[in-house]
Amino acid sequence: MTIGSAARPLREAVTPHRAPAPLENVKFGFWLFLASECLFFASLVGTYLALHGRSLTGPFPQDVFNIPLTTVSSFVLLTSSLTMVLAVAAIQHGDVAAMKRWLAVTAFLGLVFLGFQAYEFTEFVHEGLTLRTNVFGASFYTLTGFHGAHVAIGVIWLVTLLLHALRGGITRDKATAVEVAGLYWHFVDVVWIVIFTVVYLLEFAR
Amino acid sequence: MAVGAEKLVGTLRKPREETGLWSWLTTVDHKRIGILYLATGFAFFLMGAVEALLIRLQLARPGGGVLSAQTYNQVLTMHGTTMIFLAAMPLIAGFFNYMMPILIGARDVAFPRMNALSYWLFLAGGIILNSSWFLGGAPAAGWFNYANLSGPQFSPGRGIDFYLLGLQVSGIGTLVSAINFIVTILNLRAPGMRLMDMPPFAWATLFTSAIILFALPPFTAGMILLMFDRWFGTGFFVPSAGGDVVLWQHLFWIFGHPEVYILALPAYGIISEVIPTFSRKPFFGYTSMVIALTAISGLSFLVWVHHMFTVGLGPWVNTLFAITTKAISVPTGILMFNWIATMWGGDLRFTTALHYAVGFLVVFTIGGLSGIVNATSALNPQLQDTYWVVGHFHYVAIGGVLFSLLAGLCYWWPKITGRLLDERLGRRSFWLVFIGFNLIFFPFHILGVLGMPRRIYTYAPELGLSVWNAVATAGAFVMGTGILLLAYNLVTSLVRGQPAGADPWDGRTLEWSIPSPPPVYNFARLPLVRGRDAFWLEKRSGGGTMQPAPEEEHGHAGGGHGKGGHGHAIHMPSPSYMPAVVALGLTVASYGGIFRSLLVALIGLAILAFGIFGWIFEDDSGYLLELEEDVA
Repeated sequence: MTIGSAARPLREAVTPHRAPAPLENVKFGFWLFLASECLFFASLVGTYLALHGRSLTGPFPQDVFNIPLTTVSSFVLLTSSLTMVLAVAAIQHGDVAAMKRWLAVTAFLGLVFLGFQAYEFTEFVHEGLTLRTNVFGASFYTLTGFHGAHVAIGVIWLVTLLLHALRGGITRDKATAVEVAGLYWHFVDVVWIVIFTVVYLLEFAR
Repeated sequence: MAVGAEKLVGTLRKPREETGLWSWLTTVDHKRIGILYLATGFAFFLMGAVEALLIRLQLARPGGGVLSAQTYNQVLTMHGTTMIFLAAMPLIAGFFNYMMPILIGARDVAFPRMNALSYWLFLAGGIILNSSWFLGGAPAAGWFNYANLSGPQFSPGRGIDFYLLGLQVSGIGTLVSAINFIVTILNLRAPGMRLMDMPPFAWATLFTSAIILFALPPFTAGMILLMFDRWFGTGFFVPSAGGDVVLWQHLFWIFGHPEVYILALPAYGIISEVIPTFSRKPFFGYTSMVIALTAISGLSFLVWVHHMFTVGLGPWVNTLFAITTKAISVPTGILMFNWIATMWGGDLRFTTALHYAVGFLVVFTIGGLSGIVNATSALNPQLQDTYWVVGHFHYVAIGGVLFSLLAGLCYWWPKITGRLLDERLGRRSFWLVFIGFNLIFFPFHILGVLGMPRRIYTYAPELGLSVWNAVATAGAFVMGTGILLLAYNLVTSLVRGQPAGADPWDGRTLEWSIPSPPPVYNFARLPLVRGRDAFWLEKRSGGGTMQPAPEEEHGHAGGGHGKGGHGHAIHMPSPSYMPAVVALGLTVASYGGIFRSLLVALIGLAILAFGIFGWIFEDDSGYLLELEEDVA
């Protein structure tokens, strides 16, 4: 009546203890979230490229882009990745004071980047580029706007962590909370590298 | 700000009720969330079914006058949208939630509160979508919502806004759910369970979640672009502004085709649980099943253009995507042989569940074959947008998803409720569903070849379509009767069904080793898994019951809930209001978007922020559940 399994020996030499998960739940889950975020931004970048050169009226990218200015703001954002690394390293060593300092610096640099973006958007609007001017404006503001929104959420996150730390809520055993925020922050930076290259720099590369 | 949030949360804190409405609002138990998904999904399924009956009534005779053209478009759109997003996916999620953690020997999912959030977001999305009927009219651009038919010029009402925001809200929930299940499967399996020991349904859950993770974001992006077109007058999908309508089709189908496998893989998983149990044989070709699921998941992302053969992308593109599409039939065929070979020579018990499983094999094969015809890019222009295509995808969607879900429902019902279903009644309702289904959808292929276009709301008598349409409508009522009989069976089982006991089917997998219905902690002691088909193995060549895993494994409900307990105390996650509050915030904000009210949107965002900060600062240390010494 029964076939198969009955004849199969039990595997006796199983590891009785659960092997420690290679990546703890929160970090693993967050990596997966970032994977899906990659697809989201890829779709927006794809849209930008698909509509590139199809605007019927100006201003066009070459009319408005200010590469030196955006280079400076990109540099600020990339620097903030370094300070974020320092914050994570500090809490991993149990140095809460240094972590608070570096979190504050990172949040500040994020704010500076957002300030640059606000200035840039205002300038572009002055030069006649809005969401509805042409498909360049639509896809440019959507892509960079969503990136900026991510930076803003990151800044709120960092400030929340900082406030929590100031009240003594973050200690060495809560390092994961800072690490996850760090993952997010680096991701947002990486996305900006793609945007800066594909949207801004390639415009002048031919 | 943080301090303020924490004080506010204090006012809502400590939801501890174990019964009643509040306990369901705050539950983080994967089984209760599974029941919520199943019940809500079934309710939406009935709504979608009523919409289907309206469509069939309208088309029963030429020149039908049941629905006006505009209402027909709305009913058609809502039927497709409801069935896919509010019935099929949530019902699948119900089985994922209820069964998958037990199948892998876990006490909970990795993120219990996130799990609750997923459900509330799905419910919110469903409410937003269906409230459109009362708040200005339902969307009427089809479930694929093609731009620029769905743009501001051709859909000036609010219907499309309900579609866009409803699906985005529920989409966030789906994404969160996918992350949750991947982490749960990879990190929380019972001690001793290797990946290649997992039941097929757990594999299906893993791959489905992976597809969701990568398929959903492009659709979300597309919906955001369309939202901007509608709200801010951007021209993403407006050709006169330089935009591109085909862009929507790409973004939609890059999601839309993998979506087919988001629905199909769980079906495969359920069938792979039902058939071995009632064949009393181990699953045939387990490794090839895993490889086939991997191949299908990968290929599902390489076929989307077969929905766009008539767009005019050129013969090379069409040929390439015709080949990748047909390639999917190879791993699917492997699975089909797995199931047939599992039954071959088995000691078959023709329960209702196995009836549905075999019905699935028959119907899904027909759907697959008509799919091969569609995928022939030279033939496709003839069949595109005819009832042939409608027949094909109903054979795949109902044949695949509904039949397998009903198989799973009949199979796991005793585990979930502790009561058996009436088998005789069950088999009768199966035959009504099976015969009714084929009466409806087989004629669709004939209608398609005769040239009946899909989405039309009426047709002329001299076109020669009347007979087959009448047959299909009659079939719809046969199938509807079968579904009603099934619902009757479910209800009477709850009232006076026979007690099922822990293991009514002589099952193979871990869920049958614990009581029916399972206690809140699932396993009094985490089981030690010593091979594939873990429970069957212990029954046939072990001690007959699952051995407990060594002591230090105790105390972990779910992940991330801190220290283990002492003795026989089990650590459980605390219930929480916050998932429901977060979903409420997003709902209110969505209505703000739909009605272009900044104030309402800001109120929604404030609730959302309260929910998120409340969540972060909530006391989440969980609690210890003391067990009697002799439970294990």
